[in-house]
Amino acid sequence: MIELTVNGSKQAVDVVPEMPLLWVLRDELGLTSTKYGCGVAQCGACTVHIDGKAVRSCQAHIGEVAGKSVVTLEGLANKEQHPVVQAWIEHQVPQCGYCQVGQIMQAISLLAKISRPTDEQIDQVMSGNLCRCGTYPRIRAAIHAAAARKMAEK
Amino acid sequence: MGHMQSLSRRVFVFGSAALAGGIAFGAYGPAEAAAPANGNPLAANLPPGAVTFNPWVEISPEKITLIAQHADIGQGVGSVQTMMIAEEMDLDPGQFEVRFAGPSPAYFNTGFKEESAPFLAADLSPAAEAARAAALETLRKSGVQMTGGSSTVPDTYEKLRQAGAVARETLKAAAAKRSGVAVADIRTQSGHVILPDGSKIPYVALAADAAGIPPVLDAKPRDPSTWRLLGKPMMRLDVRAKVMGELKFGIDQKIDGMLFAAVKLNPAKGQPMKSYDASKAQSMPGVKKVLEIKNGVAVIATNSWYAMRAVDTIKCEWAPPVYPAEQADHWKVLQSSFKPEFLGKEWRTIGNVEAALKSGTRVEAEYRAPYVAHQPLEPLNGIGLVTDKGMEIWVGHQSPQAVQSIAANAIGLKPEQVTFHNQWTGGSFGHRLEFENVRVLAEIANQMRGTPIKLLFSREEDFLQDIPRQIAIARHRGSIAKGKIVAADLQLASTAPYKGLLERMGSPMKEADPQLAAGTWNVYYDIPNFRATSYEAKGLSPSTTWRSVGASTAGFFTESFIDELIHAAGLDPMKARIEMCNVPHYRKLLETLADMSNWKGPLGKGKGRGVAFVESFGTPTAEVVEVTKTNRGIRIDKVWAVADVGKVIDPVNFESQMQGGVVWGLGHAINCELTYAKGAAQQTNYNHHEAMRMYQCPVIEVRGLENDPKVRGVGEPPVPPAAPALANAIFAATGLRIREMPFNKFIDFV
Repeated sequence: MIELTVNGSKQAVDVVPEMPLLWVLRDELGLTSTKYGCGVAQCGACTVHIDGKAVRSCQAHIGEVAGKSVVTLEGLANKEQHPVVQAWIEHQVPQCGYCQVGQIMQAISLLAKISRPTDEQIDQVMSGNLCRCGTYPRIRAAIHAAAARKMAEK
Repeated sequence: MGHMQSLSRRVFVFGSAALAGGIAFGAYGPAEAAAPANGNPLAANLPPGAVTFNPWVEISPEKITLIAQHADIGQGVGSVQTMMIAEEMDLDPGQFEVRFAGPSPAYFNTGFKEESAPFLAADLSPAAEAARAAALETLRKSGVQMTGGSSTVPDTYEKLRQAGAVARETLKAAAAKRSGVAVADIRTQSGHVILPDGSKIPYVALAADAAGIPPVLDAKPRDPSTWRLLGKPMMRLDVRAKVMGELKFGIDQKIDGMLFAAVKLNPAKGQPMKSYDASKAQSMPGVKKVLEIKNGVAVIATNSWYAMRAVDTIKCEWAPPVYPAEQADHWKVLQSSFKPEFLGKEWRTIGNVEAALKSGTRVEAEYRAPYVAHQPLEPLNGIGLVTDKGMEIWVGHQSPQAVQSIAANAIGLKPEQVTFHNQWTGGSFGHRLEFENVRVLAEIANQMRGTPIKLLFSREEDFLQDIPRQIAIARHRGSIAKGKIVAADLQLASTAPYKGLLERMGSPMKEADPQLAAGTWNVYYDIPNFRATSYEAKGLSPSTTWRSVGASTAGFFTESFIDELIHAAGLDPMKARIEMCNVPHYRKLLETLADMSNWKGPLGKGKGRGVAFVESFGTPTAEVVEVTKTNRGIRIDKVWAVADVGKVIDPVNFESQMQGGVVWGLGHAINCELTYAKGAAQQTNYNHHEAMRMYQCPVIEVRGLENDPKVRGVGEPPVPPAAPALANAIFAATGLRIREMPFNKFIDFV
């Protein structure tokens, strides 16, 4: 059994240690907001936070995540009121929506490091997250809006 | 595939058989909702105490359900279809549930009539409209329910508003009967019938009453000037659930007791497996079973990753492809296809092209467009359960009846024994009109009878099995005299995407694929000598519909070549297009674009702008791209895009579709191709086939016009102008004329 903390609760899973966290979340724990897109860290759809850092969960072997704290979108504190979630809804970012949870997890991580990112900084951090529908203009706008909202809340 | 058969034979052959039929014109559209010609499938499975007025509205004592007949593949039609009904029913978002329709001829696509007659989209002459009306009757008889061709709003704009109006007026009539008040004194608001004394009856409380009276079939939809919801910025109904991670896509569904399957299929598309060695896979953790299927092998395991990891270790010997194994030979076949015997077809001829080409200054150019993969971010998947009664299948698909037929044919069932549950999908772009996952899932579930099986294609398998966009070469000629374009002879050789799709559905088509004309014959410039000819390349890779289909390649060829002619004539690319444009509201579209982009001819050194204008699926769309030549390559700074859709139903989603179409068109033009080596696609993940990432995405300014007399779609039309507008901008900035996609073979991009 491998033990880890997911969204604040202790979990124990009986899988091989080389299984990527992505599949533990989706198929073993039923947390399906985290998506499989490429399996090789090319699309970012599987982005989650491990000990506060944005990580591609398709690349994190569960054996190495043992004892760590994983947060998926399901476990965001005060999710509905989260400034990034709010901005994403207000700007109606999603089209098919499949990549968007990964985009949001990446954007939260960006704003934790840079409170008012420029377009260039947004492009740099977000370019690992692929969106086939082409929602990039709305993602940029939503990140700026979320940054402004976070500043206002402080 | 009786349905598809009649479609291909009669409608997509441009309606000649339908025209000969002597059919009553104009019987459908609004009338379709009032008295559905093909029945109402909701009636057979109504919950107790519920009522249905037509195939799109169901009211039970508990809830109101609105049916989305077109699949939501990310383009937002789950929202737009039901909001059209909600507008007429005086329902607010949140007061109804959205359900995807099951397969039924009641949901035949009336919108396909626009593309089914041998007339240009801008041709609204009585003859053209009569041909479309005749095509509509053929479509009704065939009963084909399909999402595609940017047809959702054209198909449903009239009938769904009518369906909502019938529901509203019938609910009022039921309330009148119950209360003894005259219908004229009753109104509706926010899911309730309101009586003159101000008392309110919720619709759900009237379901049983409404079921006991005849529906008010002559109800009229409201004038757009009175709309509460439509035409104004709407909150798409799926946005919140998608942002909160709560929406279940097909890949997220779960059924008790299910096992997981992964496959390895012959990368020589459609060919069988000769032998395999699964000795290692058999004993790997999580593995339950290894199965041989028609063209490959499957592993059944306790989760998707165990299955994918195990299938990866299986060694297979494959039968060779029926198309050339190496990419260079695909191009050779195309090069040799410009001959009449390759189903050469002149789609449109004006004047005397050969004579005109001999006068003036000749311009000739050859253009190329490669195969390209679809690769929506949600890989192909599905859940299937086969029992003695038949098969149940959960999969996101654009063609419900094809899912039934393909699955049934694969395992010896009748189509009606297959119960289909459509799913929200993480994109399609044409990928979910094909059905390799459906066929394979049926085979696996049939071998695992009684156990629900969740099939998932790995990204690599999805790439390898992706039936790509057509490959094409154009050989265009033109001539210039006295500063004017006097001739354009547009010829292309291409694989046949739409015809290929129909063939794989079991409905071979002898005639030329009309998608080989798209983007070539529908040119709206006054060129006195004009000819559009296509040739169908044979024996190449299968190809299929890819967002905007024929126009995705031909639009690039045509609008780049027109740009070459304009430059050869010494004219301004924007002004010349406006002056040559021969449809008044299309000219207005170009004028709007010139105005929006503040077009004033050449920019300063190192900067350039290009313009392109393509009508696809009836929607005229024009774009300007602005680029800067930097020391690291071309940077795409800004795009302006205008489309005339007759009526913008949701300005927010309209903008999203336009921006997304531009990103799609630019991204693939810059850096995507699918090539074959040893019979297999060489690109197997996004690092080989990247399209656009955020750092390359320009600012995209969008405008929607409402001058077109018909209501048009917007899912695909923004794609075709993007590539030629970019190529034309690069020419303006650098003098380099790029005639082949992907452009990064010829110039670097920042």
